[in-house]
Amino acid sequence: MNASLRVLLVPLALVAAGLLALLAFDATRAAVAAFLDGAFGGRNNFNLYSTLGRFSILLGLAMSVLVSFRAGLLNIGAEGQLVLGGLTAALVGVYLPAPPLVVALAALLAAMAVGAGWAVLAGLIERGANVPLLIGSLLLNYPASYIASYAVSHPFRDVNSGATQSFRIMGEASLPRFTGTILDYGILLIGGTALLVILLERTSVFGYRVRMQGYSYPFARASGYPTHKLYYRTLMISGAIAGMTGFVAVFGMNQRYIDGMLTAPLYAWTGIAAVLMAAIIPWATPLTAFFFAALATGAIGMERSVGIPREVGQIIQAVIVLYLSGVAGKMLSNLGGKGR
Amino acid sequence: MFFDAALIESIPRLFTPVLLAAIGSALCDRANVFNIALEGMMLIGAFAAVVGTFYTGNALAGLGLAIVSGALSGLVFAYFGVTRGGDHIIVSIGFNVLAIGLTAFLLGRIFGVSGQFDDPAIVQLPRIHLGPVADIPLIGPFVSGQSILVWLAIFLVVAVTWLLKNHKYGLRLRAAGQNAAAMRTVGVSPERVKTAAVIACGVLCAMGGAQLSISNVTLFTEGMSAGRGWIALVIMMMCSARLPWILPTAILFGLVDAFGFRMQGLGLPQQLTESMPYVLAIVVLMLVFRKRTARYAR
Repeated sequence: MNASLRVLLVPLALVAAGLLALLAFDATRAAVAAFLDGAFGGRNNFNLYSTLGRFSILLGLAMSVLVSFRAGLLNIGAEGQLVLGGLTAALVGVYLPAPPLVVALAALLAAMAVGAGWAVLAGLIERGANVPLLIGSLLLNYPASYIASYAVSHPFRDVNSGATQSFRIMGEASLPRFTGTILDYGILLIGGTALLVILLERTSVFGYRVRMQGYSYPFARASGYPTHKLYYRTLMISGAIAGMTGFVAVFGMNQRYIDGMLTAPLYAWTGIAAVLMAAIIPWATPLTAFFFAALATGAIGMERSVGIPREVGQIIQAVIVLYLSGVAGKMLSNLGGKGR
Repeated sequence: MFFDAALIESIPRLFTPVLLAAIGSALCDRANVFNIALEGMMLIGAFAAVVGTFYTGNALAGLGLAIVSGALSGLVFAYFGVTRGGDHIIVSIGFNVLAIGLTAFLLGRIFGVSGQFDDPAIVQLPRIHLGPVADIPLIGPFVSGQSILVWLAIFLVVAVTWLLKNHKYGLRLRAAGQNAAAMRTVGVSPERVKTAAVIACGVLCAMGGAQLSISNVTLFTEGMSAGRGWIALVIMMMCSARLPWILPTAILFGLVDAFGFRMQGLGLPQQLTESMPYVLAIVVLMLVFRKRTARYAR
């Protein structure tokens, strides 16, 4: 048995043993049932749809992170790009006087542009002033969420409501829902984007170059790739996907921008966790994103029915990341970009 | 007046949490551990300080519990990052999420509340009053009536500088960072030294958290470290982990924080003043790193 297999088998065995132990007692069996019901059940499969809704947001962020990580760029500023994308989408949705379809398209494009711009800003800071992307992109998260929080608590606040939130976006412009469910068409948009990313990473010249640049930056340079252009393009795509996810969250789920709606659930960090758990392999990322989405909604279900706090989901997620730090870390360091 | 006693008085309590975490970060950096989990370690320390103070009614006991929790945080980081050899960035990301989840979980379990916990039983850390010195204009409010952690932080800057320069363990710490293989050949385990550095960092960050939760205020809010761990990291990076520079830089950030609060009083929105330290951090980092032959950058 080779070493890498052993690394995987031990945790798997532990998980299996843990599951058996969980099913052995009535109380824990109730918790498992509550978890499964919270993630996949509910009246008319309501919880399954909310898992899918969360999955679409997480998948979008995971894809955004994946694009940068695959290129060896440690862009951990998805949160700021997501928040500003969502805010932009909300502002366009509320204030643009235009036919619904135009409003939706304009909001989508504006959100993507702002997300891309915020990511490129971190890139400019790195390329222009040697500030590592890891630090620059992270620090930019804070001004982004403060800007968004300011926007919906002062100039663009819905003055009729007590909460700090924007006005409702134009109703007809919001993403349509699948009939009889709470799930909106945003999942198709994100799913399509994810599929595109996975396919292009495998088949296109651009994807190949990005991957090679990630594996070895000197190799990419020596092979005459336009590394400068690749760098900024990768960041732009990464930021644009995060911005698009913000659009989906605002035009689908909430129909407005509520302060903290994108930061409080730690979407961006969960997206990073999903990418790391998938060891930065594109086709595996949707699976881990779904896993984390189910983990979160399942934990909410457990809180509802058996009173186990929902933070258990976050704790489990963190422990998984910690245990995988060795495996995923090898991938990252092979990618050369270490961030320092 | 803008530069009044209240403003000056607030500077030390604002820079102390960041300074403590930056000292810890410098220790990690010298041992070549890229610890960016300062944020989580501070949060855990802040929470433990409130728990300890609430149950004993004694802020020093709260500080003690914070120190223990910080050491445990460091131990967890060291287990995954040093013993198991995980990537430090990934361990940090995991640890920060763990800290957010764990403090929120325990907040609900121990106190039965969510979001924020405050209670009259939580008392402040003792303060050191310097008697007549307090009456000197400008300097008086800066040095008198500050919590013990303010003085401890300043003392630690001197002590750790000396330790790193002269003491056996300081030299070992730097050796572990510069050339772990050479160190192994003389029979000292670099892993052990790194583990010790991370634990020390955890303790320092937790003390910074305690300054936030049981000295500046007497309550715990979810996510109350609010990015100060990142500011501490940035300060350490700006100064290339040189402690004599870290102190004035931390004071500068304390000053900016204090100005921010003052501007809020003058009617500037809170969100804009709160983002000032981060904008300043980016700008100063750009200025400092512009000429540097990218030590951290690729």
